[in-house]
Amino acid sequence: MADFLMPALGADMETGTVVEWRVHAGDRVRPGDVVAVVETHKGAIDVECFLDGVIDDLAPLGQALPVGTVLARVRGAGEAAAPAAASSPSPSPSPSAPPSAPPVTPPPAPATAPTATAAAAPPPAAGMALPAAATRARVSPAARRRAAELGVLPDALAGSGADGAVVLADVERAAPAAAPAVAPPAAPAPRPRGFDPALMRQAIAAAMAKSKREIPHYYLQTTVDFAAAQAWLDAWNAERDAIDRLLPAVLLLKAAARALVAVPALNGFFDNGAFRPGPGIHIGWAVSLRGGGLVAPAVHDADRKTLPELMTALRDLVQRARSGGLRSSEMTDPTVTVTSLGDRGAESVLGVIYPPQVALIGFGRVVTRPWVVDGQVLPRPLLSLSLAADHRASDGHLGGQLLAAIDDALQQPASL
Amino acid sequence: MNEAQIRALAAEVLAGIAPEADLATVGDDEDLREALDLDSMDFMNFVIGLSQGSGRKIPDADTPKLQTMRSLVAYLGG
Repeated sequence: MADFLMPALGADMETGTVVEWRVHAGDRVRPGDVVAVVETHKGAIDVECFLDGVIDDLAPLGQALPVGTVLARVRGAGEAAAPAAASSPSPSPSPSAPPSAPPVTPPPAPATAPTATAAAAPPPAAGMALPAAATRARVSPAARRRAAELGVLPDALAGSGADGAVVLADVERAAPAAAPAVAPPAAPAPRPRGFDPALMRQAIAAAMAKSKREIPHYYLQTTVDFAAAQAWLDAWNAERDAIDRLLPAVLLLKAAARALVAVPALNGFFDNGAFRPGPGIHIGWAVSLRGGGLVAPAVHDADRKTLPELMTALRDLVQRARSGGLRSSEMTDPTVTVTSLGDRGAESVLGVIYPPQVALIGFGRVVTRPWVVDGQVLPRPLLSLSLAADHRASDGHLGGQLLAAIDDALQQPASL
Repeated sequence: MNEAQIRALAAEVLAGIAPEADLATVGDDEDLREALDLDSMDFMNFVIGLSQGSGRKIPDADTPKLQTMRSLVAYLGG
């Protein structure tokens, strides 16, 4: 029996609300299946489960649950049905952490038991799906459901179940003797589309404040001659239908991914006082949302995709970022962030790192400016390329190598 | 396609890209990208939608002609 936990879908998530189960109790689930839709500050996310077996004890819909809460139990093949939700095994590794992720040190337990509200929950370890589980009181789904009905804070109770888990009986005991029946939670609204701009703002504020509080950034900027890439792109696009054309963004994405293969020390995470390399080049592509807000979901294994594949992936990602339907792995897996301001953006950008990543690569708008080529001043399309990096994990010399590798790649677009 | 059909097509395609945008508020000579805050991905999807909806191939070099409603109507109506 393994627990399926509320994942931390980014550095800024403290609670999530299951708004839809895509499976029924008793269904067989396989690793990677989307089992639930969880509403977060960044909109509704399709949450994948990386366990294999029969899912049961589904958490109720419509309640804000802290990261790390048990959302369901998954019984492996061959395990006997164990109805007692309270016989909890030791905390299992997070379902959506990268396979190679070592356990993180959980945040210190708060002095007082946390309530189920976002305000009191300890901030999750950035980007990791494991955080609070190891220190939080374990509460069975049935107990949590009943606690919500009774207006009791289950995390504050002493548990009498195995491993000290809070079970139904503990909740019943704690209920005020004459507790009036609280109306059950309203039926969950239909799956929301998009996101709430005010909540999105809070989520960004939390993540960026954490970044500036904890990460000693250093910044590098260089100018890239974009003529070769532009000429290659124009030739590619000239003879193709609109659906098969490429945007400059895919060249930038691929060039960044290639460079990170060569300079892997900027692809990964800083946690527990040390750099941990990413398990692949999973580029968090910053997508600005109409109406305000920003998400940077992962383009997985960007170094191994062809340019047309990257274009398809990017189009799909942007569409889902804006209309809902991003997957939990896309929220948790980015090993680095790339932001491209596009052809109506500013000339350059110096980014803020998304913790616990160690680097953010920024591309400005392509501008035509005088430039010296072979001793002559010529009008030339130029692109500002920048790096914001975590000085705990790398130094400027290495950062400079990354920018040089990106520049090199963009001078040979045919090889991308 | 006549002008009304072209305008209807443009409105339909844009509704899929920028659901909150109101094409009626955009002047015929205004830059659609500026007025509706379309990024390069949005504009590319706009071109794809116009191409598929009108059954016309739209070469990359012609896409600047789709930047205002007036030039778009002239281009697709021509």
